[in-house]
Amino acid sequence: MAHTVETTNALHGVMAEYDSGQALVDAAKKTMAQGFTRVEAYSPVPIEDLNTIIHKTRTVLPKLILAGGLTGMATGFALQYWASVIEYPMNIGGRPLASWTTFIVPSYELTILFSALTAAFGMIVLNGLPRPYHPVFNVERFSMASSDKFFLVIESEDPQFGAAAAFLRETGAKGVYDVAE
Amino acid sequence: MSAVATSETYTPSGVALPGMRQFGMIAGVLGVVLAIAGFFMSGEFGVDRFFQAYLVAYTFWMGVVLGCLALLMVQHLSGGVWGIVLRRPFEAAVRTMPIMTLLFLPIVFGMHSLYEWTHAAAANDPIIQAKTPYLNTTFFYIRQGIYFAVWNLIGLLLSKWSAEHDRTGDVALLDKMSRLSGAGLVIYGLTVTFAMVDWTMSVNPHWFSTIWGMLYVGGQGLSAFAFGICVLAMLAQTAPLNRVITNHHFHDLGKLLFAFLMLWAYLSFSQFLIIWSANIPEEIPHYLDRWENTWKFLSIFIVVGHFMVPYALLLSRDLKRSVTRLRVIATWLLIARLAEYFWHVAPELHKDGMTINLLDVALPLALGGIFISLFVSNLGGRSLLPVNDPDLDKALHHHVH
Repeated sequence: MAHTVETTNALHGVMAEYDSGQALVDAAKKTMAQGFTRVEAYSPVPIEDLNTIIHKTRTVLPKLILAGGLTGMATGFALQYWASVIEYPMNIGGRPLASWTTFIVPSYELTILFSALTAAFGMIVLNGLPRPYHPVFNVERFSMASSDKFFLVIESEDPQFGAAAAFLRETGAKGVYDVAE
Repeated sequence: MSAVATSETYTPSGVALPGMRQFGMIAGVLGVVLAIAGFFMSGEFGVDRFFQAYLVAYTFWMGVVLGCLALLMVQHLSGGVWGIVLRRPFEAAVRTMPIMTLLFLPIVFGMHSLYEWTHAAAANDPIIQAKTPYLNTTFFYIRQGIYFAVWNLIGLLLSKWSAEHDRTGDVALLDKMSRLSGAGLVIYGLTVTFAMVDWTMSVNPHWFSTIWGMLYVGGQGLSAFAFGICVLAMLAQTAPLNRVITNHHFHDLGKLLFAFLMLWAYLSFSQFLIIWSANIPEEIPHYLDRWENTWKFLSIFIVVGHFMVPYALLLSRDLKRSVTRLRVIATWLLIARLAEYFWHVAPELHKDGMTINLLDVALPLALGGIFISLFVSNLGGRSLLPVNDPDLDKALHHHVH
């Protein structure tokens, strides 16, 4: 495979192609052991092991969801308090205006609603979606990522990027390609 | 690893859980000694207090057994990795049923202490009078006979077929077990509803709640999951299961424990909210009796200790994946379950304020000791995993994200 490194700045990264998920996992392990940090893998099927290999930092999403849920709870409670105590006080069977016991159910529903929306939209935003353009598609072979080939990319922001292409060739890759920005 | 698994691969050598057996024996002996001491210390009220404490202790431990029966049937229907690793502990718990049935007899002898509707004076109470077609001793005996016959039969068949399946690997048995479980769960729901109306709701024959049975169904599931987690945490420490059980399994079980905690809280709150909103004199005494005097402290404990604190802790993914911490929560929840059964029964018999007797501690220990000893001896002798189950491989190579 002819491969010429032009200007490093113009590259998104270098991509290596593998024939099997296991080869990709092995390569990912070697790559992480070598000290590369900006690594991403692409596969036509979910590979459970990859999560623990290349994504060492946990996602912040659960904390966002908790915050979203608490916001929902506060919103639900405040809405009902405002409606039944401040804006439209009504005597219902002699019960206190701020009957917090009855506020619990709608507050709970809004907790769930806000959590679920935070989870869905948070996932989309943290994944960087929507994303109409991604450099990996500049590599023609990458279309096989939705068929039966497996890819590992070391991105150009990696401090050791200069050694990346040479390193990936040692990992049993079927081909190593430049990924134009 | 599992390609050559036979029932011997996962059969414990010797006692399955030596530590737990020791705990069961000590608790049993200590409980009986303390119960005798507590009985004589209570003087003239000794008999009444004994049966009251016995009802609470029995409802709690039988709740664990029935919860195990229900979850055993659920997992025969739903499948799933959690069911594979907990099937044998559940079956071992269900096989204590014959002895647990015998242990119901003291409640029959204590009916006069527990149930106002058995008293001669009840004839002058128009509300109890109107309920006599259901609340009379003969029909009570018949109903108990039916419940225990049905529970024993379902438990016996499921356990027998499961052992047979271990030996033969005949897939027709899986089908038989899931068919029985489908019908069994319906029967379980009905019998537990009626049984809990009999055992605990009729302690106050004037009061009624239609969600009472479901509340116990949720509570029994919670108890059974908490018990299962404690057992599995101990089994995972030694051979043969230490090679098999990982924190992925505990993560799953932690989620299910969390779900059942929410189910229980949902049902408890539903009962409360409906009664609070309606605010009618037939229904509110249940909560007034538990709020207007020192029982209030126990009520607050149920809300905070049984729900809020475990709920907040179980939100954490790390906690659910840590065997030691999850086991602490599970043990805590079992204690909270016992407190809730006490909260259901005791305030009805002591309306003037909270009172806790030595018997209230001794009898749960004694019955727990007996149950745990039986459970451990049932657990030994059989493979700890259903080796012929088609999902076993999945259970052994289990990952959760």
